[in-house]
Amino acid sequence: MTDTQAPAVRTDNTERATPKRETHIKMAARDVNVFYGTSHAIRDVSIDVDMENVTAFIGPSGCGKSTFLRTLNRMNDTIPIARVTGDITLDGEDIYSPDMDVVQLRARVGMVFQKPNPFPKSIYENVAYGPRIHGLAPAKRDLDGIVESALKRAGLWEEVKDRLDDSGTALSGGQQQRLCIARAIAVDPEVILMDEPCSALDPIATAKIEELIHALRGKYAIVIVTHNMQQAARVSQKTAFFHLGHLVEYGETSEIFTNPREERTKDYITGRYG
Amino acid sequence: MNSFALLFLVLGLGLIGWLTARARAGRLIRVSATRSHSRPGQHATYVALWTALPALLFLTAWSAISPSLVREAVLETPAASTLPQFGFQRDSILGEARRLANNPDAGAFNEEARVLAPAYGKAQTRYSWIGTALTVLLAFAGFAYAYSRVSPVFRARTRVERTVMLVLLIASLIAILTTLGIFVSLLIESARFFSVVPITDFLFGTHWSPQVISSTDPGKSLGAVPLFWGTFFIGAVIAMIVAIPFGLMSAIYLTQYAAPRVRKWMKPILEILAGVPTVVYGYFAALTVAPAIRDFAVMLGFEYASSESALAAGLVMGVMIIPFVSSMADDSIAAVPTSMRDGSLAMGATTSETIRRVLLPASLPGVVAGILLAVSRAIGETMIVVMAASGAATITLNPFESATTVTKQIVDLLTGEAEFDSPKTLAAFALGLTLFVITFLLNIVALRVVKKYREAYE
Repeated sequence: MTDTQAPAVRTDNTERATPKRETHIKMAARDVNVFYGTSHAIRDVSIDVDMENVTAFIGPSGCGKSTFLRTLNRMNDTIPIARVTGDITLDGEDIYSPDMDVVQLRARVGMVFQKPNPFPKSIYENVAYGPRIHGLAPAKRDLDGIVESALKRAGLWEEVKDRLDDSGTALSGGQQQRLCIARAIAVDPEVILMDEPCSALDPIATAKIEELIHALRGKYAIVIVTHNMQQAARVSQKTAFFHLGHLVEYGETSEIFTNPREERTKDYITGRYG
Repeated sequence: MNSFALLFLVLGLGLIGWLTARARAGRLIRVSATRSHSRPGQHATYVALWTALPALLFLTAWSAISPSLVREAVLETPAASTLPQFGFQRDSILGEARRLANNPDAGAFNEEARVLAPAYGKAQTRYSWIGTALTVLLAFAGFAYAYSRVSPVFRARTRVERTVMLVLLIASLIAILTTLGIFVSLLIESARFFSVVPITDFLFGTHWSPQVISSTDPGKSLGAVPLFWGTFFIGAVIAMIVAIPFGLMSAIYLTQYAAPRVRKWMKPILEILAGVPTVVYGYFAALTVAPAIRDFAVMLGFEYASSESALAAGLVMGVMIIPFVSSMADDSIAAVPTSMRDGSLAMGATTSETIRRVLLPASLPGVVAGILLAVSRAIGETMIVVMAASGAATITLNPFESATTVTKQIVDLLTGEAEFDSPKTLAAFALGLTLFVITFLLNIVALRVVKKYREAYE
């Protein structure tokens, strides 16, 4: 799989990433490389994430899509051997510059993980966690309001409003994941990163999360990593296909799925491998 | 024949059994038309086990009961009729007679012993021969039984396997039975104590001075409250004030902040701290820490600061306990799934906020269990208090004053010259029993907490 890669793809990317000029670019990555120790996990990836669309990252296991997602809010910082080069900007600000406060960055770029990971606290405390640590709610009443509106936006309010004091871990898997989304949006982020948010859920819970993503579209820039190509087709407007650390193709979801430019994209989408 | 020679004889018979059985099994298998179930070596082991094991078990039992059989036999001889009927003197004469019987040159304190010695010697010889004969007989019987069963269809392999399990079972039962035995002996001695001293006086009395025990009301000066207060104050308060924060912080540093390289070095070093003999901590407490604390207290204006203060013993004990708290806390923090930590960090929490608000609450049960185990260790700790704390049993909140603990008092009570069945000595057993029960309960609670908490994440 070493033939025909870097140069062709690079030109392809930049050309592809540019046409949608009328949208507002939220995050932009240029020539990003990620190394884990000596292994080169992400190679020269350049991509724009815009505010108006849901962007899906697809690709076979180990292709680097989750790794790349984690560079967008610097979660790779928690892995001592990880090293990132290249530029990533949020509203034009370099997020890897020494002036960037990681804590602030992560408040602006929220994240939802593969496995629901509510804290072993009450539902209320889970959602209130971010507002509390960032001092967003001066009074208890404000906090109540934030929690309620976050739970409403996450479509969980009706199910939990009478038991906000129950443990977050006692909810069902799908509810837990929506709780995690509520937790993320409670700090009013600008971008939400979702790392295979439905891979641990059953189809009904998955459908609910997908509905939620539709509802949240436009309010937040959303990037979702998924294994499931139907899901990418359902929830996203733009799709990026990763393979072996390269960004192979990036464009309108409809185009990627119906008329991919790259042979490898076509092979993956038609189920030839992955 | 003495037991050692007998032991080797039995083992020798076992070896012979092994060799002959192997030869026979090999022969039988060679001529047999069917496929043999077990290999010759397995048949041989089966025979060897049957030869040696029953004989050895009998030998062990015999060594335990034969002294009393010998004693009974001696007491039935006419020479024994002049012996005092009961008590200490009678036992010491019999003991001397035994020594004389084994070694005629030994000195004897009591003249009666010399008269008894021949009878003792005779009885010993007789029972020794009976034992030898029975052991050898048993070995041969076992051999004959097992040897006769050697055949290609016999499943020696499975039988041997079962014996292995039995041996391992016995090995693991020994520790449990020993604990049980200790508990029972404590219980018996304590019962004797409580027949003299009312249990309420002991448990709720606030005056402890075993040096002066009134013979009419011994309970008055055997109130254990000051001791338990001292134990609690030194082991559960002062020591924990040191051990909990430092142990916890070192665990947090090691799990959350330390680079892998640092962790690789620091964790073993911390564990070595747990392996330092407590007597060394005792020196340190008595020779370095205690004088320093006294000087410090004098400087602060405490006129009667003791050089054997509760603070000195407690501080050093706390340092000793740090590794326990640290390693338990380390385990339970490490058991919190990384997804929790990532979740919090991804919300924009700093590492220390994540620790305080997510990791510590989630690992709290494990940490609490670790602390309980540490407390139970601290209150059972003896050497440091024996060396660094004085014997004065006072109920005080002033850490510069002297204090004493249960363990320290047990040592004092048992190393004196008192008779063994005086209330003073027996009090040591009652103290031991109470301490045993307390640490036992602490351990049970701690293990329960740990178990419950493990289930939560698995």
